[in-house]
Amino acid sequence: MFEPYMLDAWIVATLVALAAGCAGYFVVLRGAGFAAHALPMAAFPGAALAGLLGIARFYGLAVFALGGVAGLAWLKRAQRPDAATALVLVAMLGLGALFLSLSGQYSNAVYALLFGQILGVGAADLPPAFGIGIGVPVVLLLCFRPLTYSALVPDLAATRGLSGAGLDLLFLGLLAVTSAVALPIAGALLVFTLMVGPAAAARNLVRAPLPALGVSIILALLIAWAALALAYLTGLPSGFFVGTLSAAAYLAARLTRRLSP
Amino acid sequence: MTPALNVEGISVALGGREVLRDVGFSLAPGAFCGLIGANGSGKTTLLRTILGFTAPSAGRVTLGGAVGYVPQKLQLDPDMPIRARDFVELGLNGHRFGFPFPSRARRARVEELLSAVDAKTFADQRIGELSGGQQQRVLIAHALIREPKLLLLDEPLANLDLRAAAEIIALLKRVAAQGVAVLISAHDMNPLLRAMDRIVYLANGRAASGKTQDVVRTEVLSALYGYHIDVIRVHERILVVAGEHGAHGHEHVAAIP
Ligand SMILES: Nc1ncnc2c1ncn2[C@@H]1O[C@H](COP(=O)(O)OP(=O)(O)OP(=O)(O)O)[C@@H](O)[C@H]1O
Ligand SMILES: [Mg+2]
Repeated sequence: MFEPYMLDAWIVATLVALAAGCAGYFVVLRGAGFAAHALPMAAFPGAALAGLLGIARFYGLAVFALGGVAGLAWLKRAQRPDAATALVLVAMLGLGALFLSLSGQYSNAVYALLFGQILGVGAADLPPAFGIGIGVPVVLLLCFRPLTYSALVPDLAATRGLSGAGLDLLFLGLLAVTSAVALPIAGALLVFTLMVGPAAAARNLVRAPLPALGVSIILALLIAWAALALAYLTGLPSGFFVGTLSAAAYLAARLTRRLSP
Repeated sequence: MTPALNVEGISVALGGREVLRDVGFSLAPGAFCGLIGANGSGKTTLLRTILGFTAPSAGRVTLGGAVGYVPQKLQLDPDMPIRARDFVELGLNGHRFGFPFPSRARRARVEELLSAVDAKTFADQRIGELSGGQQQRVLIAHALIREPKLLLLDEPLANLDLRAAAEIIALLKRVAAQGVAVLISAHDMNPLLRAMDRIVYLANGRAASGKTQDVVRTEVLSALYGYHIDVIRVHERILVVAGEHGAHGHEHVAAIP
């Protein structure tokens, strides 16, 4: 599994795990689980449309994911009921399926995009992966304190001039590009688990903010590497392993905390 | 001496209803003032107006310096990976962008505040796992770390047992002794009676303010409520009661907080 042609897959998996472990810490801290679930679904048709138009799939994914951020901001302001939001998400999945069937490579592509297939990663995926693997952690670290403060006590943060809405938008934007790069690897339905699983496990293992962020990143890396190796060995989709390993990490961490005094 | 807080004739309307009308008072540095009123009388609204969250429709608020604020309640997930000491530190630099490098000077300052509020024993626990009284101490340290001239606290004694409440009051008294004006809201004035030297009493959207013994009097409160009020002192407690004739002609007594 360390053949030269696998090198791209290892690099992309590592970079995606760096970004997802870091973004996931804030997803859990800021209670943004819903956005982390919704944005990859909104991005899904973008990959299919990019395929139809013959452009790199990252651009399609990123445009649709950022469109999803605008949609979430609007839904929040308009205080739409949950039902409307859920319907929009299902419609996005349907739209993606339509684009894929138009492009004539329906079943394989749907499978890979919904459930993740890291073995399909190629050289074209490297630049965006480097972009988010380095850019997302750096920006999040620069905003570490304001993102934490405004998540814990929005009122107090506002007295110090922090705009909750502005920080939300910045964070969701980072989440969108992270989802766009992670989606082909973990799958539209499972990207969410790579973000939330390691972060939720980390906070059961350590109590202080920076160490929790560190543990979240390390767990995300371990899960991504293990998922890649297992996908290679078994031929099953990598997203399946990302999902189950994330859930297992969380359960193990909870159990550890429960059992330790 | 410039006041730590000057509130001049403010009126506040929320959802089309006038919640506060022509409220004015001022606090000197080191004052310990109770903001007393029943549920819904506008205590939180007044504090939020002083903080600038709510714009008054008339009047003006002038501050003598930085303001520390202790909100009515913290709504935190008990799993949050934030220790009490991390929370106190956020009061110092929570608004700063940049890499969160630790600093020895900052850590010493946090330590100083933690011991000032007697929070050292639980400084390394997750803040969401602390009891109400412990969280209250951490919130006070968080507010004090910027050396404010005015400390606003919204119902800090609610949900505390008598002993924890007495400890928080003693702590706030020490803060006031250092020259910080303390404005503390409560629906029951009795726990604060010994500590406070000033009172702002809210009822009917209006306020009566001044020295406690000048405000908590039958004539003053009756004028504020707009009907007859009795101020009764029993064993160093004050009961504010409305006396009215009920439908069957005998005396009803209802305590007003
Ligand atoms: N956003 C709002 N829109 C409309 N009315 C409001 C709003 N916020 C508060 N009010 C009303 O203003 C009045 C004062 O509310 P406030 O929260 O200031 O009272 P309080 O004295 O703090 O009460 P409590 O003791 O319950 O905390 C209440 O009647 C409340 O219904
Ligand atoms: Mg209130």
